[in-house]
Amino acid sequence: MEGFLNRYRSITVLLLVIFAQLLLIAVRVKNKQDVRVIRVWAVTAVSPAARLLEGLRGGSTGFLHNYIMLHDADGENRRLREENGRLKLDNIFLRNELNRADRAQALAMFQARTASKAVAATIIMMGAGSNSRDVFVDRGSSVGIMRGMAVVTPDGIVGIVRAAYPTASEVLLITDSDFAAGVVTQKTQARGTLKGDGTPTCKIDYVPTEDKVEVGDWVYTSGDDRVFPSGFPVGIVKSVRPGQPFQDILVEPVGLKAAQEDVLILTEAVHQEIPDTPVNNQPIYIAPPPPNSNSSSPVRELPPGTVGTEADRLRTLYKTVGEQQNHTYGEGEPGSRPPDFSKLPVKPGTATGAQGGSPQPANPATPPPGTQPPTARRSNQAAGAPGGPPKE
Amino acid sequence: MSSSGRILLSSQREGQVSRFRVWVIFAVPLAAILFQAYVPMFFQFLSFLEMPLLVVMYFALMRRSQISGLLLGCVVGLAQDSLSKNPLGVYGIVNTLVGYFAASVGARIDVDQGVVRLLLSFFFYLFQQVMYWVLARALLGQQLAFEVQKTLLLGVLNAVVGVSVFHFLDKLRETA
Repeated sequence: MEGFLNRYRSITVLLLVIFAQLLLIAVRVKNKQDVRVIRVWAVTAVSPAARLLEGLRGGSTGFLHNYIMLHDADGENRRLREENGRLKLDNIFLRNELNRADRAQALAMFQARTASKAVAATIIMMGAGSNSRDVFVDRGSSVGIMRGMAVVTPDGIVGIVRAAYPTASEVLLITDSDFAAGVVTQKTQARGTLKGDGTPTCKIDYVPTEDKVEVGDWVYTSGDDRVFPSGFPVGIVKSVRPGQPFQDILVEPVGLKAAQEDVLILTEAVHQEIPDTPVNNQPIYIAPPPPNSNSSSPVRELPPGTVGTEADRLRTLYKTVGEQQNHTYGEGEPGSRPPDFSKLPVKPGTATGAQGGSPQPANPATPPPGTQPPTARRSNQAAGAPGGPPKE
Repeated sequence: MSSSGRILLSSQREGQVSRFRVWVIFAVPLAAILFQAYVPMFFQFLSFLEMPLLVVMYFALMRRSQISGLLLGCVVGLAQDSLSKNPLGVYGIVNTLVGYFAASVGARIDVDQGVVRLLLSFFFYLFQQVMYWVLARALLGQQLAFEVQKTLLLGVLNAVVGVSVFHFLDKLRETA
């Protein structure tokens, strides 16, 4: 250092002297803003360094802060993702519980309504075979399940117990190619054999060509197979093709759609009547039209309280006509003058939608098939209607 | 003038360092400052003379010491500032630089020759004017106009006067 100063002594002294005089100038002189130059210089000299230091500090702090924040955000995202997953699972669980409750209620109502004795079972797994259409339920021989019992739901038949194990049973679905059951169409009572073909639809064999079967007809069990009691819905005819000597009929099962988890195994099958009214045309409630409606439906002329069957409606109608003519039913002698029924408030055949001229239920209104609202269908199912329309 | 007649010195030792009495070192600069301050009051046409500059330059050239040259320039410049409207330091910086560079030149050039003194006086006058103009604009914010022709002319006049002054001041040197 000493050598450096000795070598550059002159220039060092020069710089020091000049610097000192610069300070003198700076102390004395003011700029246009009446600020002393020494302040301007000081600020000008210090501010970049301060800005640099502040930038370094802010950058470092910001970097660390952002890093910490990002770290927290990552953790928070992870927590939120996990919570979202839990909520989704909870939602699914609750939905399943609601569905389970609905199904359980439907099964309970079906069990209470049907004459057959049934054991509720839950589908626990599917069959392992790639071509097989079978499932396993959690009820077995320990609760009385036997091979050959029918498996149904309130919507329709599901299958047949192929094997009963102590704690589980194997159910052969109606879509399996090995499945067969006796069926009958609702409208024309055409009988045949329902067979699975490994597809979502089934076919009906052995229906003669002369038997009239139409698309949309409901198919019920006939009870001929001694497995399924008669009167259980099977499905809806989707296609009919003429053949020799039998027709080719495809049916869309209605019971499988409802058999997602819970089924009923009929331990004591009781035959029941096949309903006369197609499922689609069963009575449903329709709200009255708006007040300003110009509709002049003859249904308005019907007496109140005629909700019921067709017989009930006709009975109420004729009773009203008789009372208007002061006629007392059951009192007239044979051969006496009957009431004049030629002036009915409405003709029976025009009070309902035409279905091939057949009388229809005396409901406030009967919608065309396929237009019933879901609420009506739900109420229809809740009322224990056999089968019910297929779910859409 | 050196015996060989050369302008450039082969080494710093070749040049002879002039010595002055102490009172000369103090009195001459003081006289120059007084001349700069008072003579123009009576002789306006002599205001172009930069006597402090010439004195600083002379002592720096003759003593060949950079430190003493810059210190003398600093003192003379500050004194000149003190007697002017300028803030302290403007002429101080300029004369400091003049003293330093003059001493540096004096160490390498034979400054006893008249032509050399004339040229150096002319050059350092221009240097002083340029530096003052720069400092006035940079430090003081003054919008001074730099008149080149006038500056050159005054530089010549100062150089001529400077040669005469130097010749007079040579009389004040101590003889070996």
